[in-house]
Amino acid sequence: MSAIVLFMAVIAVIVGWWLSQQRLTAKPWLEEGSIDDFPGTGAMTVPAAKLGLGVFLAVATSLFALFISAYSMRMDMVDWRALPVPALLWFNTGVLVLSSVAMQWAYVSVQRNNMDGVIVGICAGGASAIIFLIGQLLAWRQLSAAGYFVASNPANSFFYMITAVHGLHLMGGLAALGRTTAKVWRGAEMPQLRLSVELCVIYWHFLLLVWLVVLGLLTGWTDDFVNICRRLLS
Amino acid sequence: MVDVPYEATVDVPPAEVPEVELYHPKSWWTQYVFSQDAKVIAIQYSLTATAIGLVALVLSWMMRLQLGFPGTFSFIDASQYLQFITMHGMIMVIYLLTALFLGGFGNYLIPLMVGARDMVFPYVNMLSYWVYLLAVIVLASTFFVPGGPTGAGWTLYPPQAILSGTPGQDWGIILMLSSLILFIIGFTMGGLNYVVTVLQARTRGMTLMRLPLTVWGIFTATIMALLAFPALFVASVMMLFDRLLGTSFFMPALVEMGQQMKYGGGSPILFQHLFWFFGHPEVYIVALPAFGIVSDLISTHARKNIFGYRMMVWAIVAIGALSFIVWAHHMYVSGMHPTFGFFFATTTLIIAIPTAIKVYNWVLTLWRGDIHLTVPMLFALGFIITFVNGGLTGLFLGNVVVDVPLSDTMFVVAHFHMVMGVAPIMVVLGAIYHWYPKVTGRMLDDWMGKFHFWVTFLGAYLIFFPMHYLGLLGVPRRYHEIGEAAFITPSVHTLNAFMSVVALIVGLAQIVFLFNLVWSYFKGRPSGGNPWRATTLEWQTPETPPGHGNWGKELPVVYRWAYDYSVPGAKEDFIPQNQPPARRALQGATP
Repeated sequence: MSAIVLFMAVIAVIVGWWLSQQRLTAKPWLEEGSIDDFPGTGAMTVPAAKLGLGVFLAVATSLFALFISAYSMRMDMVDWRALPVPALLWFNTGVLVLSSVAMQWAYVSVQRNNMDGVIVGICAGGASAIIFLIGQLLAWRQLSAAGYFVASNPANSFFYMITAVHGLHLMGGLAALGRTTAKVWRGAEMPQLRLSVELCVIYWHFLLLVWLVVLGLLTGWTDDFVNICRRLLS
Repeated sequence: MVDVPYEATVDVPPAEVPEVELYHPKSWWTQYVFSQDAKVIAIQYSLTATAIGLVALVLSWMMRLQLGFPGTFSFIDASQYLQFITMHGMIMVIYLLTALFLGGFGNYLIPLMVGARDMVFPYVNMLSYWVYLLAVIVLASTFFVPGGPTGAGWTLYPPQAILSGTPGQDWGIILMLSSLILFIIGFTMGGLNYVVTVLQARTRGMTLMRLPLTVWGIFTATIMALLAFPALFVASVMMLFDRLLGTSFFMPALVEMGQQMKYGGGSPILFQHLFWFFGHPEVYIVALPAFGIVSDLISTHARKNIFGYRMMVWAIVAIGALSFIVWAHHMYVSGMHPTFGFFFATTTLIIAIPTAIKVYNWVLTLWRGDIHLTVPMLFALGFIITFVNGGLTGLFLGNVVVDVPLSDTMFVVAHFHMVMGVAPIMVVLGAIYHWYPKVTGRMLDDWMGKFHFWVTFLGAYLIFFPMHYLGLLGVPRRYHEIGEAAFITPSVHTLNAFMSVVALIVGLAQIVFLFNLVWSYFKGRPSGGNPWRATTLEWQTPETPPGHGNWGKELPVVYRWAYDYSVPGAKEDFIPQNQPPARRALQGATP
C-alpha cells in the first residue's frame, strides 16, 4: 500500500499548503464586516471546470495509485511470472507522445488565436489517441496469441486490467475532445474554445504521464527504482 | 416565527466569481424528473435512499426474528440469514447513509449555505443521481435473480465471497460488485460538484472560516470519499475479474468438493487492505457530515455560538487526514506483523483526540445555553450520548490485545451500530426535523416527532446495550443460530428475544415518522422562512421553499460567521450572516 500512502501524503501536503493560505487561525467571531477587510479569503477565481478537472485528476491518480499498490503487493507472491513486452508497446507509447504533442500544439495555437492550428492540433491529437487505442488492442491480441491469457498469470491479469482502465480513461477524454471539436465545427469563438482546449490538453498530458508510469511498472523497467524506494521505506 | 425579509444592501460590491447563466427547465420532465436543480436532486437522492433504507430495515427485522426466536420462522434459513446480513449492512452504510448525507443533505444545503444559485456542474449533478438510482436498482434486483443476493457479509471477503458455498455465488455477487462500481462512478460525479461548489461558488464574504460546520463536514467528507472510494472500485473490479475471468488476484489455490480449482496464488489479505483503505475512511465519510450538522443543530437550538469554532474546523480536517492511516485496525486478526498492529493501534487512539475535542465543544456549547428541547435538539443530544458510547467501545477495539478476543463477536456489532448506525441516524432524523420546514414550508408535527424520538432513542439502547454483554460472553456474529455451548447461558436467549421485540417496535415507530413526513406536507403548520430563528444563509432565502436559483435577483453578501446567537446588546438573539454591521448599529446595538 506504499504507493497509495505516498500519494495521500502528497495530497495532504497540497491540502495543508492550501489551507495554510486560508487564514484558518482567524477568529471569525471577532471579524464581522465586509470581505474587503480580509483579502484573499474569498472563493477561488479559477474557472469551475478547471478546478473540477483538477479534483477529478486527483481521484484518477488515487485510482491508479491503488492499482499500483495492489500490483506491487501481488507481485511478491511466488506465482508471479513477468510477461514479455510486445514491441508494439513502444510504437503505442510513441503515438501517445505524439498525441500529447499535437494537443500541446492546439493549446499554443489557441493562445495565439490561430484557429487553423487548433483544428490541426485537436484532429491530430484525437486521431493519434485512437491509433494508440487500436494499438493497445493489437498488443492484447499479440499477447493472447502467444498464450498469455488474462487468467494464466497475475502479471497478465494486471497488464490487461490496467491497460483497459487507462484505455477507458482515454476514451472518456476522446468524448470530451469530440465535444470540443463540435464546438469548433459550429464556429465557436476563440475565448469560448480556450478553456475547452486547455482542459483537454491537461487531461492528455495526465494520461500520458500515467501511461509512462504504468508502462514502466508493467514491463519491469522500473523494478530497480521500485526496489530502491522500498529499501528506503523499510 | 417571522419571515426574515430579504433586502439587497444598497451598495452591493461585485462578486468575486461572476454569475453564470442558470439552467432553466423547459418542461415538467426537466423540472421534476430529469432536473438539474440541486434541491430537486437532493430530494430525489433522499427519497431513493430512504426507500432502499426501508428494505434494509425490514431485513434487520428478519435477522432479529431469527436470532430472537431461532427455528420458529420457516422462511428464514441459514443462507437467507447471511443474505439478509450482507444486504442490510451494504445498504445501510453505502446506499443509505453515504447517499443521504452527501447526495441528499450535500445537494440541498451546500448551495444554500454558501450562497450559490446551484451546484457548479448541474448536468453532471443530475447524472450523478441517475447513476446512483441505477446502482440501487441493480442492487435491489439481486433479490429476484436465481440464487438471490450475495451472502458474503458486507465486507465481501474473498475467497468465500465467490465460492459456491456462499449464497448468491452466481448472480448475487456479480451484481453487487457491479452496483458498487456504478455507485462509485455516480458518487464521483456528485462529489466533484460538492467540492468545486464549496471552493469556487461561495458568495461574497463567505470565507472558509465563516462557513457553517455542516458545510465543513460535508466538504471534508466528500474529499475523503473521492479519494477513498477508488479503493473499493479497484477491489470490486479485481474481484469481478476473479469471478468472471478466472484470474487469481485474491484467490489462493483451493480444493472444492475434492476438485482442485483453477485459482492459485492470490492474496485474500490484499483485498482486505483495499477494502479497509476505503472502509475506514467510510466511517468518517458518514460521521463528519453528522458532526457538522449536529454542531449547527446544537448551536441553533441552544441559542449559543458554537464553542471553539476554529478547533471544530481543525478537528474535522485532522480526523479526515488521520482516518486514512488507521485502516488495518480492522485486520488485527489477519495475522499481521505485531509492529503493524502497534502502529495502527496508535494511530487509532490518536484519532480519538480530535474526536474528543469535538465532543467537549458540543458539551461546552450546551453549557449555560438557552436549550430549547425541540425535536431536532433531542436528536442532536441523542447523537452526542450515543456517539460517546460507541466511541468508548471503539477505544476498546482499537487496542490489539482487547480486539483479538472480541473480534467477530456481538461486541463488535454493538460497537459499530452505536457509533456509525444509531449515531448518524440520530443526526439524519434531527436534520430532517430541522430542515423540513425549509424544504416544504411546513413544520413537522411536534408530538409525533417527540414520540418518534423517544421510542427510537430508548429502543436503540435497549437493543444495542445488551448486545455488548452478549459479545463479552463470546456470542459470535454472523451465526444464524448459536445452538448449545457452555458459554451460551439462558440469559443469552432471553436477551436475544427481548432485543428482537424491541427492534420490531423501533422499526414500527419509523412508520409514525414516515406518516408525519406525509401528513405535515399537507396539513403541517406553515413555518415561515426561518422558524428556528437561525443565522445561516439557507434560512434567509427570499422564498420558502427556495425558488429556482435560490436567491432572487441578487446573491446574498455575508458579513459575519454563522454563529451570532445571543450576541450581547443585539436586539434579536440571532443575527443572520447576511446582515451588514451598519444595520445592526441602527438597531441600537453596541458593536
